[in-house]
Amino acid sequence: MPAKILVVDDDAAIRRLLRNTLVRADYTVVEAVDAKSALRQAAVEHPSAILLDLGLPDKDGLSIIPLLRADSDAVILVVSARDAVDEKVAALDLGADDFVTKPFDTDELLARLRVALRHQALSGTTPKIVRRGELTIDLDRRIVCRGSDEVHLTRKEHEVLGLLARHIGRVVTHERVLAACWGADEDPRVEYLRIVVRNLRQKLEAPDPVGSVIANELGVGYRLRAED
Amino acid sequence: MPDEGRPDPDALLRATVLEGRGRLKIFLGAAPGVGKTYEMLSEGAARHRDGIDVVVGVVETHGRAQTEALTRGHEIVPRRDVAYEGRTLSEMDLDAVLARAPRLALVDELAHTNAAGSRHPKRYQDVEELLAAGIDVYSTVNIQHVESLNDVVASFTRVRVRETVPDSILEKAEIEVVDIPPDELIERLKAGKVYLPQEATRALGHFFSKSNLSALRELALRRAAQAVDARMLDDVRALGLGGTWAGSDRIVVAINELPGADVLVRAAKRVADGLRGPWTAVFIETPRVAQFNDEQHARVAAAMTLASQLGASVATVPAPNVVEGIQSFLADARATQLVLGKSRRSRWFELRHGSVVDRLVRNTPDVTVHVLPVPAGGETGPRAKRGPTRWGTPTGYAVTTAMVSAITGIASALFHVLNLGNVALLYLLPVMAAASLFGLRTGLYAGLTSSLAYNFFFLPPTGTLTINNPENLISVVVLLGIAVVTSQLTARVRAQADLAAASARTNATVAGFLRQIAGVNDLDVATRMICDDIRRLLNVHVLLLSKAGANLDIHAASDPAYKLDPMDHAAASWAFDTGSPAGKGSGTLTASDWLFQPLKAGDRVLGVLGVASDMRDSPVRADQLPLLGSLIDQSALVLERLRLQAEMRDVDAVRTRDRLSTALLSSVSHDLRTPLTAVIAAATQLHHGATPELIGTIESEAQRLNRFVANLLDMARVEAGALKLNIEATDLSDAVTGAAHDARRALEGHPVRLDVPPDLPLVRADPQLLHHCLLNLLDNAGRYGDPGTEIVVEAGNLFGEVRLAVLGNGPGLPPGREAEVFETFKRLEGSDRATGGTGLGLAIVKAFAEAMGMMVEASNRTEGSGAAFALVFPPPLIVRDLPPESVS
Repeated sequence: MPAKILVVDDDAAIRRLLRNTLVRADYTVVEAVDAKSALRQAAVEHPSAILLDLGLPDKDGLSIIPLLRADSDAVILVVSARDAVDEKVAALDLGADDFVTKPFDTDELLARLRVALRHQALSGTTPKIVRRGELTIDLDRRIVCRGSDEVHLTRKEHEVLGLLARHIGRVVTHERVLAACWGADEDPRVEYLRIVVRNLRQKLEAPDPVGSVIANELGVGYRLRAED
Repeated sequence: MPDEGRPDPDALLRATVLEGRGRLKIFLGAAPGVGKTYEMLSEGAARHRDGIDVVVGVVETHGRAQTEALTRGHEIVPRRDVAYEGRTLSEMDLDAVLARAPRLALVDELAHTNAAGSRHPKRYQDVEELLAAGIDVYSTVNIQHVESLNDVVASFTRVRVRETVPDSILEKAEIEVVDIPPDELIERLKAGKVYLPQEATRALGHFFSKSNLSALRELALRRAAQAVDARMLDDVRALGLGGTWAGSDRIVVAINELPGADVLVRAAKRVADGLRGPWTAVFIETPRVAQFNDEQHARVAAAMTLASQLGASVATVPAPNVVEGIQSFLADARATQLVLGKSRRSRWFELRHGSVVDRLVRNTPDVTVHVLPVPAGGETGPRAKRGPTRWGTPTGYAVTTAMVSAITGIASALFHVLNLGNVALLYLLPVMAAASLFGLRTGLYAGLTSSLAYNFFFLPPTGTLTINNPENLISVVVLLGIAVVTSQLTARVRAQADLAAASARTNATVAGFLRQIAGVNDLDVATRMICDDIRRLLNVHVLLLSKAGANLDIHAASDPAYKLDPMDHAAASWAFDTGSPAGKGSGTLTASDWLFQPLKAGDRVLGVLGVASDMRDSPVRADQLPLLGSLIDQSALVLERLRLQAEMRDVDAVRTRDRLSTALLSSVSHDLRTPLTAVIAAATQLHHGATPELIGTIESEAQRLNRFVANLLDMARVEAGALKLNIEATDLSDAVTGAAHDARRALEGHPVRLDVPPDLPLVRADPQLLHHCLLNLLDNAGRYGDPGTEIVVEAGNLFGEVRLAVLGNGPGLPPGREAEVFETFKRLEGSDRATGGTGLGLAIVKAFAEAMGMMVEASNRTEGSGAAFALVFPPPLIVRDLPPESVS
């Protein structure tokens, strides 16, 4: 059975575009134009994922994330023209799974949606080995290979890369990385994380930054880019 | 007047328009309670007795018995009752008065606001209708209700009335001021004879203070005078009398320091009025002025002020003596009439010095001289202080005695080789020395003692004071004569030298002031300097007010602690609005502690300069007024220069803004339309079947559009000053990676190489802004790079700075004009490729980078060809304190 997606947006053109895109990718689509109908549709239709626009006519989209989250396990993907960093962080903190900024690339949107749905399906289980391009990350044994060569990483580098790999395709906020990989007695500072990520880039990535594996979500966090 | 003799058509027109209309007479009062209504009713009654048809339209008697009694004699048109919010208000029944059509209607309280639902909201509009119907109207109004004075009055009484009458009504009316002295009004108030409107009751004590009432009264009188002047001018123009004002008699009045100078001024005014000629009050500043006491200075200042209030121009002329000064001024002014006070000098003085009047009459045959008796007023006024120069100093006498003794000694010693004549010659020395050094009296003393000594010691018979030879008598007379002549000559020379020195001092002061201020280009500095300099030069408190928006505020002051009370503000506003002095010592609103003088350039008042001191009548001594005048003139010139400079800068700024908005328009229309056109065209083609090429076009053009809109939004944020920085420690390879990913479409076909040394420190930056900078730099490099060429992003740490450079491979920048690429909407010629940029991107890079404290550089690459753009992070932006164990 194809997954059911709830599209919440007050703009008819965007809804039509999303409907066409999603239907072509074999999803079932239901729609809502404002916060009120979104909550009703979520309760009635039990969608697997909700694409939520933040600029709704009756309510701020941010404020309904906790309401949606309260009685639904649906993936919440925020789709918004707002570019403010603190809003992205807020959306993630309130329970959204990911965000895409308008204007978006439909391929990227679909990729994000797939990743989120996959994580939802796998929730509870953790992969032992994550593969991304020429990288192989063995989470249990703490071994990272680039092609066939093992790359030597420090303890912190292993911890950060492991955290990102476990959430591959999804953004992990700075706060979360710092809390998970640095102890409270180590005075976790975002500067340390920056240095660690730079060292990871040096060791794992090609000199062309366009093909970078570790995505820097400005002011929000990092994401290990999933393969399309 | 260019066409004198011909009636002014406008003035005639105004007169004709008025002919069919009724005439308005306004009884103007300074405050409630002066008796306007009473006065109006009395005059109405008088008209009635003359047989004129008079009715009362509306009169508020406020229950005053006297007033009520007066209304009883009149026919009263019944009032109209208007129901308003549950109350019944009675208003003048306009239609009834119009229907009754009297010759004259008495309508009290011109400023009254009618009850809602009346034909006109304001009573003066009812009156206008009556006038238009040919009915004459008598009405009353208080000065605080006159619109143009509303602010001034409110500023010092702190009572603002909302009911105002436009000035135009007053201008068309005959005005009679109903005036009683403030003290009497306060008495009436205390006796409960004054009905107070609501507004005044609230601030009763304050409103009815004596200083307020005096000021209000002055305003009322002035307003009335203004109306009279305007009407007279109208009459004069209508009659074509212009010619008689110009080119006929010119009247000069000579002011002196004696009591009664004001009488002279008023007399001169009458002469001037009679002859219809312009008149000037002149004060001759002789060396004697230095010996004036404060009272004498004050009298001169008061007389000059009075003259200028009465319409005279005023002048102060330095001269060695009064006669010469007046004579030269008369010649300069081409005066025909001179008004002088009758000399108070003693007969004896006039015998010795000749009468000033006589000499003037003799020396100025073309001028009619009016000599006026000045009332004695009990005192002749303190004579000028007799300075030590007149009687000489004890030192002078001592030195003289010593010199005479010395000469006597020398002559005795040499007597055997000298004859008697030579000894007499020797005695000339102390006489001349004493007369020139110590003045006439000491010189005469020297002459006397010398001749006595000569007589006693040398003239035979020696040892006695007898003269038995006429030759010897001559030598005594000669010695005394020489003392007189020498002292007179020296005194004269000295007087002229003093005068020259004084005027040189003034000139040097003004010149020094000018020199200091000439180079100043900042208004605040200049005004501050003006205040400080004038304070220093005249030893007074100084402040400078200028208009900021609608308010006249202190712009600079010699002491920032100065505060102005409402009365001061009223005076300052008066000076600003009328362009004439106000405040203490000026004759207008004298209750203020400050004297405010307008800073005028041409007809424009640029500001007001206020001076204050502890002196009683005027903050500045009369003899300092000319200096203050020059300083004010020079200050006004400086302010005018700065104003013009600022205006030119504004014009430049507007021009730049215009150029920018023109560029923006052309850029927006070009850069929005081009991709849109491509998208629309490609989308239309899709109907015939999709090809990867069409889809690619839509995608890339839409991306381009997206980038452009983002840039426009960024630029708008920069220009609105709404950039909020969120600085954090940032890794450059992180930043470049993020930007390269977002710019990947523009970078298609260009391999990118990121070259960052492993030990590069973090930098402090706003990640969003830095991202936009890098996005634009990469976008730019991708757009302008030759297809297939590599783009290098390299970072380095050199001399404590971190440099991040984006190096492209392309045509590069026009040599010598590299820095221009950062200007808004600049697209250098020869670099506008088909892929066209927006001209905004690099400007945003610069604006954002500078907001974060970085610098931007544009150059051509030294090896290979192409542009190099660099972001330079100076040492403060570099993060240095990282414990390595925290990251391993």
